[in-house]
Amino acid sequence: MSQFIEHSITILPALLTALLKTLQLAVISAVLGIPLGLIASLARISKSRIAGLIAGGYVTLFRGTPLLLQVLFFWGFFSQLDGFQAALIAFTLNSGAYTAEIIRAAIQSIDKGQMEAARSLGMSYGQAMRRIILPQTYRRLLPPMVNELAALTKDTSLAMSVGVVELLKQSQQFVSRTAIVGGTYIWTAIFYLIIVVALTTLANRLEKKLEARG
Amino acid sequence: MEQPIIQIKGLHKYFGQLEVLKGIDLTIQKGEVVVVIGPSGSGKSTLLRCMNFLEVPTQGHILFMGEEVGQREVNGKLARLPESVLDKQRTHMGMVFQRFNLFPHMTALQNVIEAPIQVKGMEKAKAEELGRSLLQRVGLAEKADQYPAFLSGGQQQRVAIARALAMEPDVMLFDEPTSALDPELVGEVLQVMKDLAQEGMTMVVVTHEMGFAKEVGHRVLFMDGGVVVEEDKPEAIFSNPKHPRTREFLAKVL
Repeated sequence: MSQFIEHSITILPALLTALLKTLQLAVISAVLGIPLGLIASLARISKSRIAGLIAGGYVTLFRGTPLLLQVLFFWGFFSQLDGFQAALIAFTLNSGAYTAEIIRAAIQSIDKGQMEAARSLGMSYGQAMRRIILPQTYRRLLPPMVNELAALTKDTSLAMSVGVVELLKQSQQFVSRTAIVGGTYIWTAIFYLIIVVALTTLANRLEKKLEARG
Repeated sequence: MEQPIIQIKGLHKYFGQLEVLKGIDLTIQKGEVVVVIGPSGSGKSTLLRCMNFLEVPTQGHILFMGEEVGQREVNGKLARLPESVLDKQRTHMGMVFQRFNLFPHMTALQNVIEAPIQVKGMEKAKAEELGRSLLQRVGLAEKADQYPAFLSGGQQQRVAIARALAMEPDVMLFDEPTSALDPELVGEVLQVMKDLAQEGMTMVVVTHEMGFAKEVGHRVLFMDGGVVVEEDKPEAIFSNPKHPRTREFLAKVL
């Protein structure tokens, strides 16, 4: 036990620094990926064939290939990017593709009569989307978006493949240095869990708040 | 003679291979209450939805105050008008749906004032004043701050009527406004529509409520199989239908 505590005290400062890196990757790619997903979803359901095709191709490409491949590709192909930047771009584009499908499904689950009612009042397509359709999707978006953000958080560990010392890489380094497997990885697991549980709790609160509006 | 408010000429509508409207000609004058009756699948809802271009006519013309709705004929071919022009045209036509289609994330009042604010750029305070007076007109002043989920079907439909009226339309289109209602709630909606008719609103009403057609309609259209089989004053069509299909239909529903 005292050995575990001693080991923990040794590794925790570096793990916390690495955790920050993980959070950076997750938060930035989520913040960029959500608007990207919104744009792609709107393009997919728009009447424009070209916009639909581009968005459809984007979504298919990034959902249909391994995220690790995407990370390695951006790192290898764009030699001016460092590992962190390459991983960030891959995570953003990947998350945007999944988010696009989540938002598209939510929009299409809204009764067609809502758009018709809005348009019959003289609202433009954009006004109807922004004021009538999208606000109704928020509650339906929450559960799948929590899934997506949790997956994204955990997937940031793939950044270790391009030399980013994030939470998992740092942990692995400690394990190979000290050979203390359980005592190290338990902290890794706890940190990932904290993020995901915090995310879920926040989403549950938000869901209750949205429900209260009837 | 005054310019008709709506004029429909040679309207055809296909859904894929299925011809739902097979050549409709119809003129509606200002202040007229036209009731469209007929069996399910006769095309009456489609006709109504073509009037404000929720359905795009396959062939033919819909004129609103002499101006073609949603499209223009260019070199013998129909071309779509810009959406912004269509949006403007639609503000003159209020539509009430069978399933109400209230915005569930907004209160009754917010439902009513949304379009005046968004589309007409009306000030919020002014829109709220208008909204409250309209809700009062449909007997729901005290429900202004309720969300649709907490209103009965009849109340929801009355809010929907107030919402359509908020744009101060020149004509109101009703697409089976009482068909989704429990029987005991039909009366309150019909009463609001009756009041509206008495105030001189031009109305096109697709309905199965024969009592309403008789009492409020100025003219009744019987549609079957995508055509207007017969049209006449309500007393004439109900007491002395000329066409055998009209007789058959009325025998079933009366």
